[in-house]
Amino acid sequence: MICECFHFMGAQNVEVNMIEIRMHGRGGQGAVVACKILASALYKEGKFAQSFPSFGVERRGAPVMAFTRIDNKPIHLRTEIYEPDHLIILDATLLQSVNVTTGLKPGGKILINSALPAAQFQLPDSFIVKTIDASQIAVIHGLGTRATPIVNTAILGAFSKFTGIVGLNAIESAILEYVPVKAEANVKATHEAYQMLKAENPADLVV
Amino acid sequence: MADSLIAEGLEKYFNPETTAEVKAIEGTHAASYAAKLARVKVVSAYPITPQTTIVEKLSEMCASGEMEAEFIKVESEHSAMACVIGAESTGTRSFTATSSQGLALMHEELHWATGARLPVVMANVNRALGAPWNIWADQTDSLAQRDTGWIQCYAESNQEVLDMIIQAYRLAEIVMLPVMVNMDAFFLSHTTEPVALPKQELVDQFLPEYNPKYKMDINDPHAFGGLAKPDTYMELRYNIQKSMEDAHRLIPEVADEFEKVIGRNHGGLIEEYQTKDAEYLIVTSGTITGTSRIVVDQLRAQGLKLGLLKIRFFRPFPVKEVQSVLGKIKKIAVIDRNLSFGRCGIFFSELQAALYNCECRPLLNGYVAGLGGRDVTPKTIEKIVNHLIASEKGEDLIWMELNI
Repeated sequence: MICECFHFMGAQNVEVNMIEIRMHGRGGQGAVVACKILASALYKEGKFAQSFPSFGVERRGAPVMAFTRIDNKPIHLRTEIYEPDHLIILDATLLQSVNVTTGLKPGGKILINSALPAAQFQLPDSFIVKTIDASQIAVIHGLGTRATPIVNTAILGAFSKFTGIVGLNAIESAILEYVPVKAEANVKATHEAYQMLKAENPADLVV
Repeated sequence: MADSLIAEGLEKYFNPETTAEVKAIEGTHAASYAAKLARVKVVSAYPITPQTTIVEKLSEMCASGEMEAEFIKVESEHSAMACVIGAESTGTRSFTATSSQGLALMHEELHWATGARLPVVMANVNRALGAPWNIWADQTDSLAQRDTGWIQCYAESNQEVLDMIIQAYRLAEIVMLPVMVNMDAFFLSHTTEPVALPKQELVDQFLPEYNPKYKMDINDPHAFGGLAKPDTYMELRYNIQKSMEDAHRLIPEVADEFEKVIGRNHGGLIEEYQTKDAEYLIVTSGTITGTSRIVVDQLRAQGLKLGLLKIRFFRPFPVKEVQSVLGKIKKIAVIDRNLSFGRCGIFFSELQAALYNCECRPLLNGYVAGLGGRDVTPKTIEKIVNHLIASEKGEDLIWMELNI
């Protein structure tokens, strides 16, 4: 018999100042590398970050998740993220097959890689949703192919603008450190996505 | 953004005096960088998930010349261990890494490394054994090597992985026994977090060049690997046990010396967290420890006198250390991410045996959780604590969160 004498106020995220981000993508899109870049960028800004993939045997095209935790002190919690503060969706078709908003906290921001306006996705009003056409940006900068663009660095630029959690300069410096090929093109894609979202995301204005 | 070595605001966590660079890296790469900093001269390993990235990074660094070491490609883990045994026999500092089935395949050679008194250091990524195939965290692989005479250490963070591999060489080369540094699959191996890479000159100061008394040398021939008849074998086993006992004494000393030079100390054979006035205690190893720290803080804030004991070394087992801590506690929960079929969690049975000769015997419960990489969350640990509080008599094996 398990009694319930002692309880946490929150279920999983028991650390008050911690920010947790969950990224949904498909194998090959660069979700895992994006989270590594994010962790490095956050460190450069004086924060502790922990990033890790959903612990699977990912194949190209299969749905994958990657997680990032951010805090201003060392992070001891070593579990997957169940109640994220924000979401990044690298492939909008995942919204049809995976319940991506599971556990997302009310007021959470959702960034979707899509050419469609955010309202199109009909997500609950309790979340703040924005879209960015990161695939298009990646293709323009020669990252991946038209069929399988590598969108991870572009999406980080938009994420920086959307949430303000991490700065563009730190992302740029992390990309130069961690991305072995086409570092300059990746940096350009990041900047372009940032600027695009800054211009109030034209896709959003259509609605 | 600061251009200085340590990011602004993090100076109290990373010592600029001793740090060459802070890098956000995975646990596997922390192991690779540690081998490089230890100036190993021979690396031989066979890739296996989730250890692969250790080997990838090392082979990359050997190929580029960043590391002055020879990388020997082999067709199996058995051969990898044989290679480092050969290299160590000539007095060459060597490194290998493996996981799960790979470690199982090495088993025979593990005994040889010990018996031949070779200070091999190996990183093992704790992964479940098949069948069925499972690549996720589980400590049964290394714990099944209990009686091979290897010193075994379990890390909680990527920083601890790096620091312990460097310390492992220092320890191994004093007691002439091999050391295995273990990290949980994925929870460390594939988790990126900031790690301070110490300055090379300080590592060199802490870890002097390896120059053993006896080595294979074509210019000074000796016989190696001879036969020991019943009249000598037992004495040689006694010597190994004595060296293990020396290691027990030296582990905290090596940690203190590391702290003097590098400025970090992860503890001796155990680490106590909030144990001073504790009535209840959780005993953990590996990454479950970090999550347990949070539960201890939370439940203490609600008035529960809860503490945490982290077992850092499994061999030599910290018998006197656990006796002195556990003797003062009312009720203890041991959390094992491993299992000895037909008995219970392996850390639990070791602890229970260690307490038998104690005057004061606290209530002891053994919980098996998180096998094959299942997540052990703060909720899981909270359930364990509540079960412990309600327990009136100790139980050896309690399964957590079974879906049956």
